[in-house]
Amino acid sequence: MPEINRPLSPHLSVYKWQVANTLSILHRATGVFMSLGALAFAAWIISAALGEASYVQVLEWFAGPLGLLVLFGLSFAFFYHLGNGIRHLVWDAGYGFDKHVARMSGWATFIGALLATAAFWAGVLA
Amino acid sequence: MSLQSPLGKFLGHGSAKEGVQHWWSQRLTAVALVPLTLWFVVALLGMENFAHAEILGWMAQPFNAIMLILLAISILSHSQLGVQVVVEDYVHGWAKIVALMGSKLVHIAVGVAVIYSVIIISVGSS
Repeated sequence: MPEINRPLSPHLSVYKWQVANTLSILHRATGVFMSLGALAFAAWIISAALGEASYVQVLEWFAGPLGLLVLFGLSFAFFYHLGNGIRHLVWDAGYGFDKHVARMSGWATFIGALLATAAFWAGVLA
Repeated sequence: MSLQSPLGKFLGHGSAKEGVQHWWSQRLTAVALVPLTLWFVVALLGMENFAHAEILGWMAQPFNAIMLILLAISILSHSQLGVQVVVEDYVHGWAKIVALMGSKLVHIAVGVAVIYSVIIISVGSS
């Protein structure tokens, strides 16, 4: 078959950017981010088994500026992915497809994730 | 009219040869992660100061150790399934095969390391 650069669907640029597709790609982005973040979860547990010195070292990384930023990002990614994941499970069950319902649940998920992240850090730092 | 046998239809094996296996596993691990991650968040909020001794004491309790192992299995399975889809969507050719194999092997290795760590902490201090 000759190599021809035919235009392939989907032509993402022809669609209007809106809430639904933003939240959709955010689900994937937070998922990939948390896959990397799983290494932090693993480092925390493995270092605890290795001994106090390793554990303290890992905690120091977590408590540093970059570490805190990553952990903060992971917490938001988690609450968002959790909320949107439940939204997906509801869709899988066949509910919530009406345009206004889907838009409302999207906003609720996003705002809920922001609030949960704030509440979580208020709890951790308190 | 389809020439596919009723058994073939039932097994759901199309050309991909795996039917709904991947899709279903992703949902199963997602559902498992809802209570497991929420338990973990509550546990984190209940930590005194994340000192090494506190973490060891906490992980040593059988219930916590079992929950952590279930959490690690669910996180790494769900992560592997998600990363696989992302790789299949965006990576092509040999790079795809390398990325798929690499991702799966790293997920398994990290999972085994975490589970082993939890077990030696829990058994070592009993």
